[in-house]
Amino acid sequence: MKLTQISAACALAAASLFAASAHAQISGDVVKIGFISDLSGLYADIDGPAGAEAIRMAIADFGGNVNGKKIELLVADHQNKPDVAASKAREWIDQQGLDMLIGGTNSGTGLSMAQVMLEKKKPYISIGAGSSALTSEKCSPYTIHYAYDTVALAKGTAPAVVKAGGKTWYFLTADYAFGTALQADATAAVTKAGGSVVGSVRAPLASSDFSSFLLQAQSSKAEILGLANAGGDTINAIKAANEFGITKTMKLAGLLMFINDVHSLGLKATQGMYLTDSWYWNQSAETRAWAKRFFDKFKRMPSSLQAADYSATMFYLTAVKAIGTDDGDKVNEQMRKSKVNDMYTKGGYIRADGSMIHDMYLMQVKTPAQSTTPWDYYNVVSTTKGEDAFLTKAESKCALWK
Amino acid sequence: MEIFGIPIQAFLGQLLLGLVNGSFYAMLSLGLAVIFGLLGIVNFAHGALYMIGAYVAFVALDKFGINYWFALLISPLVVGALGVVIERTLLKRLYKIDPIYGLLLTFGLALIAEGVFRYWFDVSGQSYPVPDLLQGATNLGFMVLPNYRAWVVVASLAVCLGTWFVIERTRLGAYLRAGTENPALVQAFGINVPVMVMLTYGGGCALAAFAGVLAAPVIQVTPLMGSNLIIIVFAVVVIGGMGSILGSILTGLGLGLIEGLTKVFYPEASSIVVFVIMAIVLMIRPAGLFGKEK
Repeated sequence: MKLTQISAACALAAASLFAASAHAQISGDVVKIGFISDLSGLYADIDGPAGAEAIRMAIADFGGNVNGKKIELLVADHQNKPDVAASKAREWIDQQGLDMLIGGTNSGTGLSMAQVMLEKKKPYISIGAGSSALTSEKCSPYTIHYAYDTVALAKGTAPAVVKAGGKTWYFLTADYAFGTALQADATAAVTKAGGSVVGSVRAPLASSDFSSFLLQAQSSKAEILGLANAGGDTINAIKAANEFGITKTMKLAGLLMFINDVHSLGLKATQGMYLTDSWYWNQSAETRAWAKRFFDKFKRMPSSLQAADYSATMFYLTAVKAIGTDDGDKVNEQMRKSKVNDMYTKGGYIRADGSMIHDMYLMQVKTPAQSTTPWDYYNVVSTTKGEDAFLTKAESKCALWK
Repeated sequence: MEIFGIPIQAFLGQLLLGLVNGSFYAMLSLGLAVIFGLLGIVNFAHGALYMIGAYVAFVALDKFGINYWFALLISPLVVGALGVVIERTLLKRLYKIDPIYGLLLTFGLALIAEGVFRYWFDVSGQSYPVPDLLQGATNLGFMVLPNYRAWVVVASLAVCLGTWFVIERTRLGAYLRAGTENPALVQAFGINVPVMVMLTYGGGCALAAFAGVLAAPVIQVTPLMGSNLIIIVFAVVVIGGMGSILGSILTGLGLGLIEGLTKVFYPEASSIVVFVIMAIVLMIRPAGLFGKEK
């Protein structure tokens, strides 16, 4: 009797001590999540303010606190400038006690933020940036590349197009880190699938007119025009390609297209195009349910990035809750032991190089006749297993995965 | 036959495309030159007015079913009226002080307009269809030229030359030019100078809107379309010589051609070639190619 009383008291004391220490391990008594993305430029629709709102949705769904400690979100616009992104991240860590950073669109900014987070030893989840360098030559123990990368896009779309008969390729490439990475990865995938690349042209980011580049592409006599660009650049290139009759002699392959791009171009200009994405709102009952909540707020369907923003926030908060601390190293370790199982993906896990390994989907844009409801834009053609979608160990240049 | 290693067909095609882009530069820099020449205002809101012009056309079609040809008329009128309001309520207070204030004011207006349209329409923007009459393309042998682009060149050249004619060759233009040289004296002759200045600003804004409607079917109508273009257009004005009307037209077309060729020979530099030329011109002729030293 006495013995059980004593042991119960001890257990109670231990438990309360443990709880106290766990609470003490939430730095500054608040879990601070940062989100730095393009909030106002050419990539703002695919992630942007609605991405920040998706993170807020996740925080609210999590209950707004971890073990009684408040969760806060800081949001900043990097204006597509790597130096702005890096200095904002540094400022938040030094002055605001930031615990984790979610990186938005634009690979140039993504790479610069990864560098800061490595230096400060805080977890960094990159979502909007596509460059595979984040988990290859520039990989870091603190970076998690969550949604997609240029390798996964190339491995998804290029072989499918080559298989459908598009053997010769010409690339229209955005002239910065992301575009060149995407072109290199797609070239490898095209060659491996038995096709060939006959040329390429590099257009400056946010060019106002693509007709000149398209004419060059057309005179190459290639069958496929690979668009190694994103956002507004892809939209304007596809528009001009339709106008100049390029689409009569060449087929377009958008290497990075989001549903927002298809929406603003319309199905007439995009029908039949192949694209690869990590998520589509109309995939399952679960995705539709979440997408509906998003739609009610924004009157548009979420992109894969916005879904990933939500998922990554949940994933991080779950890890913090499980170990009772927001200590950078410990959460980082915990996340790398956990699985992602939610409406975004099933059975996702983080590989040694930082890639979150999950299935990718090859979609084909529907014809106007096939599309029955608003935002009903894609047929899911095939699923690429996570293990086959991203860089292989042989291809990777990441020192952490050797 | 080849020129610098490029087949002559491709070369001609690129020149033509350069001309298309150049006609946009010409039309926008013309409006800026008129406003600067006659009001001394560096109108940084010009890009925003161009964007608003395109959106007026978009909304007119989308909400009211007003077609392209009417939009080409209505949009400049709406934006011109907006310009008149801006001139009456804001700019008119600034004529007596340093021109830098006019620049800051119009820059602020541009940022506000961009923010408001971003809030209303999102950044991805909207597609504006090519009017039925100008659908399709003509095969010129060396390239396929969309009919609409050909129309852009014709329309903008007509507008540019018309504006030049009014200002340089008519009595009204003479009053305008005199009014800016010596407002007090012209006023003494019984000419209402403030109204003239107001209409000039409105006219400059209408030119920007006209360019916006012309551009709408070619590029995505987005709140950022103006700010992507305005910096280049300013460089065009500086190269041509601030305030020189014919200068801005010729420079606009010329730089369009040069930029087009850069896209072939060294595409990566196509977004900066205009600024390189601007730097060189400023070193050799600080008043611009067609400007007069004061």
